[in-house]
Amino acid sequence: MTKKVMTANRAVSEAVKLAKPQVIPVYPITPQTSISEYLAQFVADGDIDAEYIRVESEHSAISAALGASGTGVRVFTATSSQGLMLMHEILYAAAGMRMPIVMADANRSISAPLSIWNDQQDSIAQRDSGWLQTYAENGQDSLDSVLMAYKISENSKVLLPSMVCLDGFILTHTVEPVEIPTQEQVDSFLPKYKPEHAFLDPKQPKSLGTLTDPDYYMETRYQLEKAMENSIEVIEQVSKEFKEIFSREYGLVEEYKCEDAKIIIIAMGSICSTVRVCVDDMRERGEKVGLLKIRSYRPFPQEYIQKAVQNADKVAVLDKNIAFGVGGALYNDIKAKIDIEAYDFILGLGGRDITPKDIDEVLDKTKNPVKDVTWIGLKNKGM
Amino acid sequence: MTEKNVNSNNKNIQTNENPFMKYLRKDRLPNIFCAGCGNGIVMNIFFKGMESADIDFDTLALVSGIGCSSRIPGYVKCDSLHTTHGRAITFATGLKVGNPDLNVVVFTGDGDAASIGGNHLIHGARKNINITVICVNNNIYGMTGGQISPTSPKGSFGTTAPYGARDKPFNLAELVSTAGATYVSRWTTVHPLQLSKSIKKALLNPGFSFVEIVSQCPTYFGRKNKLRTPVDMINAFKENSANIRKAAKMDEEELVGKIVVGEYVNNSRKELTENVRDLSVEQCCRNLAIKSAYQDKFED
Repeated sequence: MTKKVMTANRAVSEAVKLAKPQVIPVYPITPQTSISEYLAQFVADGDIDAEYIRVESEHSAISAALGASGTGVRVFTATSSQGLMLMHEILYAAAGMRMPIVMADANRSISAPLSIWNDQQDSIAQRDSGWLQTYAENGQDSLDSVLMAYKISENSKVLLPSMVCLDGFILTHTVEPVEIPTQEQVDSFLPKYKPEHAFLDPKQPKSLGTLTDPDYYMETRYQLEKAMENSIEVIEQVSKEFKEIFSREYGLVEEYKCEDAKIIIIAMGSICSTVRVCVDDMRERGEKVGLLKIRSYRPFPQEYIQKAVQNADKVAVLDKNIAFGVGGALYNDIKAKIDIEAYDFILGLGGRDITPKDIDEVLDKTKNPVKDVTWIGLKNKGM
Repeated sequence: MTEKNVNSNNKNIQTNENPFMKYLRKDRLPNIFCAGCGNGIVMNIFFKGMESADIDFDTLALVSGIGCSSRIPGYVKCDSLHTTHGRAITFATGLKVGNPDLNVVVFTGDGDAASIGGNHLIHGARKNINITVICVNNNIYGMTGGQISPTSPKGSFGTTAPYGARDKPFNLAELVSTAGATYVSRWTTVHPLQLSKSIKKALLNPGFSFVEIVSQCPTYFGRKNKLRTPVDMINAFKENSANIRKAAKMDEEELVGKIVVGEYVNNSRKELTENVRDLSVEQCCRNLAIKSAYQDKFED
């Protein structure tokens, strides 16, 4: 195991190299681009024994990924923002055909107006597609999440595609030390893929994704729902196996000083690092505060969240996305599924900086609430 | 040239300012283009072509998608739509049908028009919608940092083809000609006079007009393909350009590596909205109720 300084985009690419997918169709888009470049180089140099397809759009990238997965091989693709929006139609098809595709999404805001900077609206907009979604906090998390995603997605109880979300620029372009596992370790954790899902085999001809009449369609959707439910148990199991081999522990959520906290801040992705520091500062000031990091947004870890907040009075939810009229997506899920007094904070849209001062404001407005959904960091002029 | 332009030109000579500066949003300058980029030449030539076609600047509406050339409309002081990657031609089609009085021009590149938006390019040409598409072809994805595009020549280098591109590139001018455009030309940034004449014809052509401008990207294409400076690239264009009339007499071997420039198509056939109107006349014996959604709204 070696530790190297690299961006999260490089970390994802290293994970892909270790996971040995056989087909990689990618289309470049800021801030994902360097993933497409690293992988092109790896394939050209023979470091990955894979076919690299220079497709003409993201719609083609995910379609080619689905086609390749349909032949029963491991595939990888990556995108961001508008690219993910263009993939929307095929994301549902991939989940519906139960293709265990793994994709990295460099989280970036959505046009219009055009912005290349970070928020999580792009992946949140795909939340109901049937894909599993993990939000990484740093480069190491990004690398490890890609490895785990294959093992989770390819499990016969799941067979759903996975999206590993990493915050654009904040992670994708920031260098930090990342431990790269050895090929032997990864091979023992993630052996060569043996397709258990329906795949196209000339010896057993079959059709995938065909027209389904009202007698059958609903059952296929129910099976997706069951697979999503099953994935919770599979993620627990995979996390355990991961820890045994790599000595790093991940779960569906991560609690930080939650046991005796009166207010718990709930967040996803890179912002959790800032909040963790803020929690320490607040505790020094005598505030009983904790952080609950949601790693797995889909499946939604309802029981884990309920358990983590059982001793708290209130939760403050940080949303780098907005479902207009009802607050952020994570907040709405928590309101729907968790029994706790919750307040929502919309922040960091389109790359707006989130500072410790903003987190102080979140705490203050959770202690003395005026409304259920508050926008943090808005310029006063004209608002 | 109108009297107004002559006057402003005289004033510009005194202040040493580019005569087309009046069309630009000065508060947006300096632009984001790399030093030596062809986009500045393209803008200059476009305004020259626009003035010689006597197009009223106030009727100009620019549409673009995503990419370096798609940034051009952002600097021009007229109405514009900055849209999603590859879809500029479809937005422009809606804009032109909504208000046919506008002169709708799309600024696009090889990635935007031929890769992600290839479908809209050929269908725009097939339907012969009356818009002008100016495609700045630099043979590489510049905005994202030098990946291979569908017009990258075989063997050329890019970050997604570290050992050279293997696929056959598109010949855009021929592709759009075959798809049915009524005006098609290709020139390079070293052909400013021919280009401005071409842009004039394209703007005046009542149908789908396509002007391909082979342009230099020294930052990414040049650097990766032993043409490090803008001058190297410009010289390469000069050396490798062959006029379409001359090219017709050359054999396949002689044409390798040549940029065939000139006018590919200049004819006329019914335009999209004319076809729609004719259907209404034939079937209902009356003109379309809505001639222009824009006018309709204001005449009420």
